[in-house]
Amino acid sequence: MGELAADKHVKYILAVEKRKDSFESAVLEHLRMNGAYWGLTTLDLLGKRDVVDSNEIIEWILKCQHESGGFAGNIGHDPHILYTLSAIQVLALFDKLNVLDVDKVSTYIAGLQNEDGSFSGDIWGEVDTRFSYIAICGLSILKCLDKINVERAVNYIISCRNVDGGFGCTPGGESHAGQIFCCVAALAITGALHYVDKDLLGWWLCERQVKSGGLNGRPEKLPDVCYSWWVLSSLTMIDRVHWISKEKLIKFILNCQDTENGGISDRPDDAVDIFHTYFGVAGLSLLEYPGVKPIDPAYALPVDVIDRIFFSK
Amino acid sequence: MNWEEDEERLLPSQRPEWSDVSPLPQDDGPNPVVPIAYKPEFAETMDYFRAVYRADERSPRALQLTHQAILLNPGNYTVWHFRRLILETLSKDLHQELDYVSKIAEKNSKNYQIWHHRRWLAEKLGPDAAGRELKFTEKILSGDAKNYHAWSHRQWVLQSLGGWDDELEYCHDLLEEDIFNNSAWNQRYFVITKSPLLGGLQAMRESEVKYTVAAILANPENESPWRYLRGLYKDDPKSWIHDPQVSTLCLKVLTSGGTNHVFALSTVLDLLSHGLQPSRELREAVDTLNPASSGLDSQENSSSTNDSLGNTICSVLEHADAMRVNYWRWRKSQLIV
Repeated sequence: MGELAADKHVKYILAVEKRKDSFESAVLEHLRMNGAYWGLTTLDLLGKRDVVDSNEIIEWILKCQHESGGFAGNIGHDPHILYTLSAIQVLALFDKLNVLDVDKVSTYIAGLQNEDGSFSGDIWGEVDTRFSYIAICGLSILKCLDKINVERAVNYIISCRNVDGGFGCTPGGESHAGQIFCCVAALAITGALHYVDKDLLGWWLCERQVKSGGLNGRPEKLPDVCYSWWVLSSLTMIDRVHWISKEKLIKFILNCQDTENGGISDRPDDAVDIFHTYFGVAGLSLLEYPGVKPIDPAYALPVDVIDRIFFSK
Repeated sequence: MNWEEDEERLLPSQRPEWSDVSPLPQDDGPNPVVPIAYKPEFAETMDYFRAVYRADERSPRALQLTHQAILLNPGNYTVWHFRRLILETLSKDLHQELDYVSKIAEKNSKNYQIWHHRRWLAEKLGPDAAGRELKFTEKILSGDAKNYHAWSHRQWVLQSLGGWDDELEYCHDLLEEDIFNNSAWNQRYFVITKSPLLGGLQAMRESEVKYTVAAILANPENESPWRYLRGLYKDDPKSWIHDPQVSTLCLKVLTSGGTNHVFALSTVLDLLSHGLQPSRELREAVDTLNPASSGLDSQENSSSTNDSLGNTICSVLEHADAMRVNYWRWRKSQLIV
């Protein structure tokens, strides 16, 4: 079995952040806030949070905030719940949540809840259980969950539960590991995990492991490293992570590395990117791989960061 | 409309209609964390976009500019937002806009912005748009039959705008092409439970069981129809264990001589846990699969109680589905009450 090329991945992340003349980075410019979260959380998990200048980053983050209280993907873009969570998470990493006007941000998020308990992504009204998770996770970190109607939010998530025990993006939507993570994590944070049939869902989730040891997101689909996070964190939250073969999954993730130039890809021999690098390392964290800090499966932040938020003072 | 023609390649600075505008460069902040250098054309188009966005200029030329920006980066959600504002202000023909989105979607079928823009348009156009939207998702699905966005959009269209008439047939067509398509099975369940034209789950159960049994017999290793079958008896496990079609199906798969019996075995296990009284044939079929029982007196070692039958099944699965050995061990532990 190979090893985790941690130093190479750190170099890769820092290089991507500094890359010049890259058309790739141009087309990802609008989601820089997500990229910052993926890159910085990975650095933190590898024990390298301090190699970046947090002040510069925080300064940039605050420039991405709008009057409405929401954050954009980058300067000059519109606010959206997606980037608002990433902003909160990055500030949490640096223990700088105090730079936020908590009332302002939480009001923005709470304002996106709809009558039926669902959440929209922004003023344009797209609804998806991803946004339910984002709202609940973000407000929980800010300790403002009481600003939304939690009961209705939970009811909406339950309405997206399928006969196979999984969850989709909207009621009736196909069970998908990404959506399942969002729903299970939201239910975990709101203390509503009893609405999950853990045995049934646990089986559906462990059926995601294919011959190669990797995990897919739905039956009969190809394995992808990002499911190492979404399936694994879901299994962890419902206490069923031992139902998959951990060694085979570790091997799969390690095979997805580019050990020369750093970074992790969706499956072996494909091109690497920050997104999959984060999910590969986060997956290894849940698998307790040596040299990787533990990560909280619901908040998707290092455990020491979550402990600091909820258990200090 | 000719798309990737010469006209499209003219940058704003080369066009007379933009001569009065000062382009705004990307503001990365005082000490940019991540200074990015772009291709010149990209940079110029986006500089002009920022200018009109900042000025909130909702003009025909701004609309054209959003089109160019979208061609360069269809993921840029701010450009799509601004395009909607312009469309509203200029009261543009939304049917034409649907044509536009169809073209862009051809190469970007997994882009959230495009699907949301489409939904926004369809919502404004109302039930008349139903047919067109169903055709559009059908086109996308013909290229990628599991595209999650397409299915999500299709479900929204059916529930908000209508058009249920041919949906069950459509699911069947897709399953004919690929019986393993989990999205199509999910849609089938969506149709039989929510279509106002059908009688609901109970009324549809008989015909759907027949349909599903046939699918399973063709490919017993196919996860989706096994789950679908279980779903047909949602909230009614008594009917599930008493329907002879279900246990007969399991028996057929287990005695077929093939090796694809993992789902059949786990279904028998579920049936047992809900109170199924297994037939002698079923017990024997399971025993035959148990490597530990070969060469021994079948009467002495047959699974004579439900518990030991369940036990045998779990033992077989611990080997047959070794990846999930911990799961099957746990199932076994649950048998001893």
